[in-house]
Amino acid sequence: MEFHRRGTSTCVFQEMPVLVSAAAVVGPREGEGPLGDLFDMVYSTTLLGETSWEKAESKMLRQAVDLALAKAGLEESQIDFIIAGDLLNQIISSAYMAREYDIPFLGIYGACATMSEGIGLGAFLIAGRFARYVVAASSSHHDAAERQFRYPTEFGHQRPPTGQWTATAAGAVVLGAQGKGPRVEAVTIGRVQDFGISEPNDMGSAMAPGFADTVWRHFQDMARQPEDYDLVISGDLGNIGSMIARELLRRKGIAIDDRHQDAGVMLYHPSPEVGAGGSGCGCVACVFSGKLWKELYNKQYGRILLVATGALHSPTSCQQGETIPCVAHAVSIVSG
Amino acid sequence: MTKANIREQEAYSVFLEDFRPKRPTFRNIVVAFFTGGMICAVGQGVLSYLLSGSMPEKQAYALTSSVMVFLGAFLTGLGVYDKLGIFAGMGAALPITGLANSVVSPAMEYKREGFVLGVGARMFQVAGPVIVYATLAATIVSLIKLYVF
Repeated sequence: MEFHRRGTSTCVFQEMPVLVSAAAVVGPREGEGPLGDLFDMVYSTTLLGETSWEKAESKMLRQAVDLALAKAGLEESQIDFIIAGDLLNQIISSAYMAREYDIPFLGIYGACATMSEGIGLGAFLIAGRFARYVVAASSSHHDAAERQFRYPTEFGHQRPPTGQWTATAAGAVVLGAQGKGPRVEAVTIGRVQDFGISEPNDMGSAMAPGFADTVWRHFQDMARQPEDYDLVISGDLGNIGSMIARELLRRKGIAIDDRHQDAGVMLYHPSPEVGAGGSGCGCVACVFSGKLWKELYNKQYGRILLVATGALHSPTSCQQGETIPCVAHAVSIVSG
Repeated sequence: MTKANIREQEAYSVFLEDFRPKRPTFRNIVVAFFTGGMICAVGQGVLSYLLSGSMPEKQAYALTSSVMVFLGAFLTGLGVYDKLGIFAGMGAALPITGLANSVVSPAMEYKREGFVLGVGARMFQVAGPVIVYATLAATIVSLIKLYVF
């Protein structure tokens, strides 16, 4: 049997799965941000006419999937798997989304790294010829995440400048064995890294080592330089985490400064509320689906490295004094 | 093994010091002082108004607290108090209006889980520790007063 692995952690596709379509839907604050015009749908309220934040999030995810399917011109029956994840306990947004479709469902949790995990797994399924089309999607909702991870939404409190704002957003992509669109070239699945950060309001510091490790391994495995990529996109280290991550990589001899951007920083105008930037599974999902997919499709970039980073803590683990384990998965995507 | 050992963790936390932004402590203290002061001035206004009538002092104090709790709860319901909290920090949290905010906000949040397991069980999620330890502290001080003085 021939294996398609390179180095310690990277899987390379001989026949590259195609990202056939992508769709992004966002809440009002994200719609007012610098990328507002790029999204397929901007909701005017965070409740979306539903009776709870959780229902609103699930609806948002469903609409992203519907839009991605419509753009690809595909029927529900043509999709072999739907892979989705979100931040809520027992990933309910994804499960309640999936019950609306007659498609086999794989639920995943990677916190903010969910989107690249989903794209990677979808690409594996297609490359292994277990699927013709796969949908990968993820979402987050500011208020739903806030009540689960922090405080009730109407409770007045200040956040430190390292705190991040969970995005109200969802993104979905359709992967196919063939078709026109950007192609997944390689996937580097990250290892969980924990450098002893226990402060949930400082996720950038916690996630930076995971990001640096995965990016470093990707470059080693592929025998490449940062110059081989037009863009290295992290999601979502925030502005402080980004500086830390770039310095960590510089110390390993990799300078990505001139081509690195962070999805959490791109999504919002700076403000004390947003803090260091956006976060949540929906943040990098909507930035990729709304902006980067189109730019790859239009060949504005030749090759990008999408590195979503996730902090894998829970409120319980933090209250019990545990430190925050973090993971990052890198997906190398070429235009087409 | 990808969990850093103690030495690596310490080295990382030293490395992080150059990146950590300073909290705007001076700004926060000044804003908290004036906002908290404003809220207390409103309370004083209510008290003075009540005392200018024929209300006994003890009743006026109790009613003033009630009015301030009502204002905190009302502004929470209108979705204003959380913004005041972001702006003023402890200046909004410390007065009794902040206590009202910390009780009303979970009550609003968890109404969707019903009145028993939602509102009833979670209403004191934020204020609970304050109430528990305030009661404990009051008990200890009272005991000291009773036996020592």
